[in-house]
Amino acid sequence: MKIRKSVLAAALVVLVSNAAYAARTDLVLGIPLEPPNLDPTAGAAAAIDEVLYANVFEGLTRIGARGEVLPALAESWTVSDDGKVYTFKLRTSVKYHDGTDFNADDVKFSLDRARADNSTNAQKGLFAAIDTVEVVDSATVKVTLKNPQGSFLYNMGWGDAVIVAPESAETNKDNPVGTGPFKFGSWAKGSSITLVKADSYWGDPVALDKVEFRIIPDAAAAVPALLSGDVQALPNFQLGDALPQVQSDPRFKVVIGSTEGETVLATNNKKPPFDNLKVRQAIAHAIDRKAIIDGASGGYGVPIGSHFSPANAAYVDLTGTYPYDPAKAKALLAEAGFPDGFKTTLKLPPVGYARDGGQIIASELRDIGIDAEIIPVEWADWLKQVFTEKDYDLSIVSHTEPNDIDIYARKDYYFNYDNPAFHKVIEELNLTSDEAKRTELYGQAQKILADDAVNGFLFELPKIGIWDAKVEGLWENAPIQATDLTKVKWVD
Amino acid sequence: MTAYLLKRAAAGLLTLVVASAVVFSVLEILPGDAARLMLGFNATEDAVQALRVQMGLDQGFLVRYFHWTGGLLSLDFGRSYTYSVPVIDLVAERAAVSLPLALISLALSTAIALPVGVFAAARRGRPADTLAMAASQFGVAVPNFWFALLLVYVFAVWLRLVPAGGFPGWSAGAWPALKALILPAIALALPQAAILARVTRSALLDVLGEDFIRTARAKGLPQRAVLWRHALRNAMLPVLTILGLQFAFLLAGTVIIENVFYLPGLGRLVFQAINQRDLIVVESVVMLLVATVIVVNLLVDVSYALVDPRLRTRT
Repeated sequence: MKIRKSVLAAALVVLVSNAAYAARTDLVLGIPLEPPNLDPTAGAAAAIDEVLYANVFEGLTRIGARGEVLPALAESWTVSDDGKVYTFKLRTSVKYHDGTDFNADDVKFSLDRARADNSTNAQKGLFAAIDTVEVVDSATVKVTLKNPQGSFLYNMGWGDAVIVAPESAETNKDNPVGTGPFKFGSWAKGSSITLVKADSYWGDPVALDKVEFRIIPDAAAAVPALLSGDVQALPNFQLGDALPQVQSDPRFKVVIGSTEGETVLATNNKKPPFDNLKVRQAIAHAIDRKAIIDGASGGYGVPIGSHFSPANAAYVDLTGTYPYDPAKAKALLAEAGFPDGFKTTLKLPPVGYARDGGQIIASELRDIGIDAEIIPVEWADWLKQVFTEKDYDLSIVSHTEPNDIDIYARKDYYFNYDNPAFHKVIEELNLTSDEAKRTELYGQAQKILADDAVNGFLFELPKIGIWDAKVEGLWENAPIQATDLTKVKWVD
Repeated sequence: MTAYLLKRAAAGLLTLVVASAVVFSVLEILPGDAARLMLGFNATEDAVQALRVQMGLDQGFLVRYFHWTGGLLSLDFGRSYTYSVPVIDLVAERAAVSLPLALISLALSTAIALPVGVFAAARRGRPADTLAMAASQFGVAVPNFWFALLLVYVFAVWLRLVPAGGFPGWSAGAWPALKALILPAIALALPQAAILARVTRSALLDVLGEDFIRTARAKGLPQRAVLWRHALRNAMLPVLTILGLQFAFLLAGTVIIENVFYLPGLGRLVFQAINQRDLIVVESVVMLLVATVIVVNLLVDVSYALVDPRLRTRT
């Protein structure tokens, strides 16, 4: 009898401890920048989407881990033969976190709001092709475009195109109300943002109950936070010199993926001597991408030869267009009328890859006789001087928007590049929805930019993710600015 | 005494008025545009302009200046461009971290510095003095972010006694909140204590050479009474001055420590606001700090009068 009792007790202990060992359901993630607000439709800051996209807010479509377009609030759609009319069949029985129902009126409201005259949507251009949005019935929306747009479904998957409710649209900045698998918990400004599982979610329930995004501005602080267990994941963090320390620790997984950030030596194409193709080609030949990646990005990052992400299916490797060849660069400079080189300036924004990369590029340019004076500037200053007023010669910056090759076709964009042949390709691309044809056109566009040496094309900014080895489901790449937590779970 | 204080208060008010004009115009010269910063590279010009109107940035310089100062008079600091919440709320949240942190580190540094300074002065030239001064030299020389990281690795990563950083908020309870402030307070207090100890020692040494000390000793007063009652009290003027300066520094000059411990303090708020061109926040916080420094200086002046009877009678 006594023995039986102790067996029973032992069994009980096993049971209890098993329960205690059930997988964790909370996760603390470290992010370097605090979002200025919590409304993806009201700001360009990547941090907004990195907290809320796919977690709290959803759009008609969504972008998946490999950059593919997936159904979200629209469960299916049809496109008219002329490519101008999109009819979205919406999911029914979807509720916002405040308990109100989602329906076609919300879609019309959100799209009309984003393209209105007084809209402050940072990506208003995504909606420029929309002519009308009609509610057919509560579960069907018809969007008519002014002209066919091949990337329309992709555009509707951006964070800036998420669907919001009229009742909460104005207060989303502080108290976001969406339809996603997580609802907003709290925001301690300057410190952390907490999301909790939304039980009313229409899709597959998420494994995590509570998620905290903790703002850690300093890489030197992020490592001890990780080592002490306070933080269990740094989904996208440039750790710099501190990375090897974490890499050698078996408790953590270090996953190096790709962002959509094309890092370029931005060049003022209208300003002499950069209006001369030979000068730009000389600069292209003077750039040693490997040295820049080693020095400015810790050896991580894929070299690029044009403005396109190597993670994209339509990518063409054009890094061989103007290979590293200082002698040839010098010869080209001489042909262009600058046998002794010239003086110029290099304005650098306050980010590691630009400041470190700038030193290397300045020294590589000096090798071919170009004396580039480095001018460090703040972001606000960079946006004003370089981006808005185009008062610059050279600069280094990463263009982080996905699929943004069309910026080279924009009027008055700060590269000051204007090539009718390129415009034509982009126009055709806009009117094409056939995937094979689009891939071909993307290839042509990449080739034109590479040949014209519009900018110095350096490397694709890596996404460096570090998380507890027991955490699964975080994205390796960042095809869109997001920390999609829908598939994240703890495993033993 | 009253006239003395009134004079100081009037000077303080004048400083505030001048400061508001200087702060506002200097910051307005900064290049950059809060609306463009918010909407980024890809935003169309009309969207940026719409946001400018929403933020009230389309109005002229003088209109905004008088609007702002008018608000200040009624303690209305305006709304943050970036967060679009009242500036006063932001500041109050941050002050709930910075103020206790400043007070704890001030108390800590005083508790370390005074005994060390007195101890060293009393044993001038002897090994104990040399050791204490070498230690304080080390305290002054060590960069505090390095010392802070050292503390984090020992107490948070290795011993796991306290969190590596962050602030759970006072709503999480007094103990968790205090726990989060312990390491930063130590990291801040050490260099302050080192400076303060050196100042205490040298001020005390000056006083110890005075005639009245010799008299006190000749009277047969024990060493302890001479040191703490007669000498230290007379040496307090420079010490209080330094303390006042240190408090002002501790309130907002601690961006580096706030970064290492990722604390949501005033220093980081200002730093972030400058980068985002959330100028109304910067301007308001700077004005609050100016006001704080003026008040602290006033208090220091009052305490001068308390420790130095001569100042009490001066008009």
